[in-house]
Amino acid sequence: MTLKQKRIFLDKIFSYFCRITTYASILILFLLLFHIVKAGASWLDWQLITSFPSRHASKAGIKSGLFGSLYLVAVTIIFSVPIGIGTAIYLQEYAKKNKITQLIKLNISNLAGMPSIIYGLIGLAIFVRFLGFDRSLLAGGLTLALLILPVIIIASQEALAAVPRSLRDAAYALGARQWQVVIFQVLPAALPGIMTGIILAVSRSIGETAPLIIIGALSYAAFIPNGVMDSFTALPIQIYNWASRPQQEFQELAAGGILVLLILLFVLNGIAVFIRQRYQRFS
Amino acid sequence: MAVTLLTTVTVIAMLAKESFVFFSEVSIVDFLMGTEWHPLLVPQSFGVLPLVFGTMTIVIGSVLIALPCGLMVAVYLSEYTSAKGRKFLKPSLEILAGIPTIVYGYFALTFITPIIKSIYPDAEVFNGLSGSIVVAVMILPMISSLCDDAFRSVPSHLKQGAFAVGANTFEVVSQILIPASKTRIGAAVILAVSRAIGETMAVTLAAGATPKMGLQFLESIQTMTAYIVQVSLGDTPQGGIEYQSSFAVGALLFLMTLVMNLIGHQLVFKKGKYDS
Repeated sequence: MTLKQKRIFLDKIFSYFCRITTYASILILFLLLFHIVKAGASWLDWQLITSFPSRHASKAGIKSGLFGSLYLVAVTIIFSVPIGIGTAIYLQEYAKKNKITQLIKLNISNLAGMPSIIYGLIGLAIFVRFLGFDRSLLAGGLTLALLILPVIIIASQEALAAVPRSLRDAAYALGARQWQVVIFQVLPAALPGIMTGIILAVSRSIGETAPLIIIGALSYAAFIPNGVMDSFTALPIQIYNWASRPQQEFQELAAGGILVLLILLFVLNGIAVFIRQRYQRFS
Repeated sequence: MAVTLLTTVTVIAMLAKESFVFFSEVSIVDFLMGTEWHPLLVPQSFGVLPLVFGTMTIVIGSVLIALPCGLMVAVYLSEYTSAKGRKFLKPSLEILAGIPTIVYGYFALTFITPIIKSIYPDAEVFNGLSGSIVVAVMILPMISSLCDDAFRSVPSHLKQGAFAVGANTFEVVSQILIPASKTRIGAAVILAVSRAIGETMAVTLAAGATPKMGLQFLESIQTMTAYIVQVSLGDTPQGGIEYQSSFAVGALLFLMTLVMNLIGHQLVFKKGKYDS
């Protein structure tokens, strides 16, 4: 082979490799979905959703897990959203650009990269043991709130930063105070971006398993929690419980549970994409 | 705002306090240097190295798979595909990154492991390779997206210059793009490693619960994260040495990821030679 042929050959091979790798990774996504649908579709029916877990795979369902997850999301949102948006507004609109603000921003991005299992340990030490919330919904929700707080702050900050200077200047020119500018101009303009960030953060928290296992959520519960101090189970924990059993039936049941989880996530992400495309004026 | 600082302080204080209790019973040298980890058998032994090796197995395996693949995906995204192709590929990769890790664990256990067993019949049901492969799938979108950003921030006059003297795409990528963005590729790898270290559910389900020294890909291993889960499922009483030991392992895990993240973020935001 001459040098020229060799160069052309290398270039060709390389481009094929890149293409194949890229489509292979997309293929894995479809393979994963196909595999789960194949195993779990026959279990996905009304009975799965309306029954409690059981020793008999044919009678088992995810009712307690599903309700546990939904309640958990509610608690998580109540604690994380106000604090998250508040922090973002402070950092973006009020904080002086100094060393301390820098340090806080670095700190937030580090918290966002901290493994979720560490949040579980913190939840266990603080909420479950120290504050005595025991293995309650409240402890679980607070743990997940801590987990998604950095994500919400970062997303909200980006949304606030995207609001153009001119909008603020116009409001100031009409004599508005800073709080009026923030509440009546900047916040509404940034809201779609903030909402998108919150929805994505929440959908991350729904799939989280490790922190809930660490704080000691139940792996078997045949009831729906009555209040925030009740013990609970969650959908991903139910899935883990079934997936770690050797019987084929329970493995398929786990796939059914995963389907419900994925449908939930796709709906949430769909809403996020919709909000982003429909309402976002600035990005 | 105060909450976030408070979180960090609490994290460090709590991990320090609980590990302190642990280290009053087990010497820190035995913990860090010990090669035997069996906390649930008598006599107990708390040498963390087997767990660290378990984690390293997953990290090395997954990065070895995900780095070349991620780079090629990034090259394809930034150099080969059309704007339309990007519009389809990028969201698909994001979906891959958004799937909960428990789902990956299930996928590893019920899909990848049987394939591995059909190739290597001696492989155990729980093995390091299966865990490494799914963790690689998990960190691939992150690597490819960060490298794609890096490639696209390389000034176009460098690329145009190389094309003008007759270089083909492969030569531009290997001799211009990759050298020009090597800091940011490094950052991508470090952030990916940090993610792989902290990965929990997939490796708990797929890689097993048998702490072992050395890098074992076809045998059951146990990572640091998987140990913490194992302790939690065992319903250990507060104050027991097993309960404390999970905090000591957690503290080590926290330190490892913290250092990785700090270096990684520094590198991402570091102004490269060609950044404007």
